[in-house]
Amino acid sequence: MDIIQCDVAIVGGGGAGLRAAIAVAESDPTLSVALISKVYPMRSHTVAAEGGSAGVVRPDDSLAHHFDDTVSGGDWLCDQDAVEYFVAHCTEEMVQLEHWGCPWSRKPDGHVNVRAFGGMKIERTWFAADLTGFHMLHTLFQTSLKYPGIRRFDEHFCCHLLVEGGRAQGVVAIEIGTGRFRLIHARAVIIATGGAGRVFRQNTNGGIVTGDGMALAYRRGVPLRDMEFVQYHPTCMPGTGLLFTEGCRGEGGVMVNKDGYRYLQDYGLGPPDPWPRKKAMELGPRDRLSQAFWHESRHGRTIDGPHGDYVHLDLRRLGAAKLAERLPQICELAREFMGIDPAHSPIPVRPAVHYTMGGIPTNVQAATPMPGLFAAGECASSGIHGANRLGSNSLAELCVFGKVAGESAARFAAGTGHGSPAALRWQAQDACERALAVRTSVGTERVGAVRDAMARSMEQGCGIYRTMHEMQQAAHEIAQLRERVKHVALDDTAEGWNTEWLGAIELSFQLDVAQAMVHSALAREESRGAHQRLDPGFRERDDRRFLKHTLATYAAGSEPAIGYSDVVITSSPPGTRAYGAAGEAAEHARKEQQGVLHA
Amino acid sequence: MHARSNKVSSTPETRTIAVEVLRYQPGDATTPYVERFDVPFTDDMSVLQGLQHIKDRLDGSLTFRWSCRMAICGSCGMMIDGVPRLACHTFLRDFWPGPLRVEALAHFPIERDLVVDASDFIDKLPRIKPWLEPGVPLRVRAGEHLQTPAQLARYESFSHCINCLLCYAACPQYGLDNSFLGPGLTALLHRYNSDSRDAARAERMELVDSEEGVWGCTAVGYCSEVCPKHVDPANAVNQNKTASALSWLVRLLPGRA
Repeated sequence: MDIIQCDVAIVGGGGAGLRAAIAVAESDPTLSVALISKVYPMRSHTVAAEGGSAGVVRPDDSLAHHFDDTVSGGDWLCDQDAVEYFVAHCTEEMVQLEHWGCPWSRKPDGHVNVRAFGGMKIERTWFAADLTGFHMLHTLFQTSLKYPGIRRFDEHFCCHLLVEGGRAQGVVAIEIGTGRFRLIHARAVIIATGGAGRVFRQNTNGGIVTGDGMALAYRRGVPLRDMEFVQYHPTCMPGTGLLFTEGCRGEGGVMVNKDGYRYLQDYGLGPPDPWPRKKAMELGPRDRLSQAFWHESRHGRTIDGPHGDYVHLDLRRLGAAKLAERLPQICELAREFMGIDPAHSPIPVRPAVHYTMGGIPTNVQAATPMPGLFAAGECASSGIHGANRLGSNSLAELCVFGKVAGESAARFAAGTGHGSPAALRWQAQDACERALAVRTSVGTERVGAVRDAMARSMEQGCGIYRTMHEMQQAAHEIAQLRERVKHVALDDTAEGWNTEWLGAIELSFQLDVAQAMVHSALAREESRGAHQRLDPGFRERDDRRFLKHTLATYAAGSEPAIGYSDVVITSSPPGTRAYGAAGEAAEHARKEQQGVLHA
Repeated sequence: MHARSNKVSSTPETRTIAVEVLRYQPGDATTPYVERFDVPFTDDMSVLQGLQHIKDRLDGSLTFRWSCRMAICGSCGMMIDGVPRLACHTFLRDFWPGPLRVEALAHFPIERDLVVDASDFIDKLPRIKPWLEPGVPLRVRAGEHLQTPAQLARYESFSHCINCLLCYAACPQYGLDNSFLGPGLTALLHRYNSDSRDAARAERMELVDSEEGVWGCTAVGYCSEVCPKHVDPANAVNQNKTASALSWLVRLLPGRA
């Protein structure tokens, strides 16, 4: 086994990993970074983000507004110290990207333009047409090439997190092209592997979004936090789940049911006019919009299609010119994949799994509970998303906490020596043998069949609305699948480029993450944000019992242990979450009350 | 090239198409060979979905790269009936009744089946300095550079390259001699050179003028035809030929040696 020594090992080469790598290199150019990614960095799933990234920039906006939108959008499950740090650093990160060349869309005077997004009081979403994630990722990747301290391990698959003496000390990675194992020995490790949306059937995620980093940390005793909160994005392509950005609605698009009726007005988001209007109707938060779809579907007001029922996203009022300028990729997706020109016809859409709010718990320094281990991006539970993430906060998060993770890891590495390589070598050898056992396993199960069964179970059990019975059923099925995955039979026995083998390891990661999700969901006996229950008694938010983060702790061979930790509240006590006219009235009342207090 | 129908029927009718895949496994004396798979498909299914069907149900050893499924990550470039295309962005319906031939991207060494060795492109990338080099660096606190929509439009389309390498598989010159920088990298270089915020044009032009630069291009234009993101690398190459010729002429002027 090759042994490579570095100061900071970063697992994942998407937006967060690249931002972290640059931060390490800038904070101390003498430090060596190993940037390990199972794909070339510009293939990472950040590339598919469309609509934009948050940063307060307008004179009528404020950090307090961004904070309030984020905390209420997260149904008060956000750690408010993290949100405060986040909103205070978004804009400088967006400017930093601009200085690195990101082609942000501009206003006629040359300043950066911003658009409206769901759940936001003022326009604060920086965008590069509808290719924002693509441009951010390529800007970060290309900029990272400037730094000689960053050594990339492209197309290397991490199968094990090395922990010795309670401290993260590196990873074991498989060079995909050869099947060769590498021990990457580090003083500090950053996990930046993205989310886990592929455990569900219809999802917006790329094939690589398999929760690897979450599982790597989880198996080594780091609890996963708030895993029950999985975001359904309301406007996705039926069947494939491909995303139509929230920017469609930010630019003025509307959603109608089979009768051509803007149904969101029936779900506490109206009145429908005037339109567009912030924090109302189609610019409500994603959890509420996806829940409204579910109700419309139950009432038979959706349209039947070959890939399940759908509603219409109508962009016709934008006109062909604006569509071409602001939403070119959306138009192309609709044309190429559905044969629809959005300038002339509404687009069939339905909710699909988009984002995992939970993950590896981190504090404001991006540190996890394990010394030497840091995390950033979707794999982390940084505390800023709570029970429902606001659109355009995740791209900003990659930068803000990616940078923090890099700086924290650099500091940690500078103050810590490399651990003893002997113990690590033994541990790594064991990890190799376990990985190789998957390749030579003699069984009867096909990877694809187990994966499909998992995705169906999770969709059934952990959908937009959940019941105890369906969640128990899913928990039972996931437990069975965790047994079945031990008996896969591979067609492929090759060493190099054996993607069936790596797919089997990914599947075991996914099943661990899925199990954490379903057990976290079962234990949360309330409805909050993206976790909505139909069970009597659990249909409302219950701050008395559940203003808590869920912690799922791995237990080999059995179900995870579920515990809780406190939510950090600094300035915003839990309040009523309201949008549309009700939201405006609530805000008015709050202001009056504040006026009385200040008088 | 097959015409695209762009028609998706409302009810999924399943048909079957024969997909012939060029298999290659290093160290295996029996390869390369063509293997035929019968793939059931509906009108909305991409070639990528066809390959996934084969891998999940028929032969787990079939090897290809893929991720986003929406023509933005650039992973799944391959030769489809002899044309460089993204598998996720190409539909089985357009090749019915088939058979449909799928092979690894031309002009690159094959690592296995449909996976090519892209390291030539990856290794050349830093040489074009694909990052912004402002003449006077701004502090973050100073805010953003101003750039009007017209200035943005001068380079924006060249910034759309997803590094999928289809243009390299289309480029006859790159096929003959891969020391040529090639269409994608020239487009990316041109993207930074045309950016009003950048000041490193002179350094990049040294590469443009050099032997591996634009003069290797024989102006076939197929690169732009196959580009899935309408980047038009041929245009970038042409603009740089003009620029390169001008700078050469300027150097010939008396007193400019």
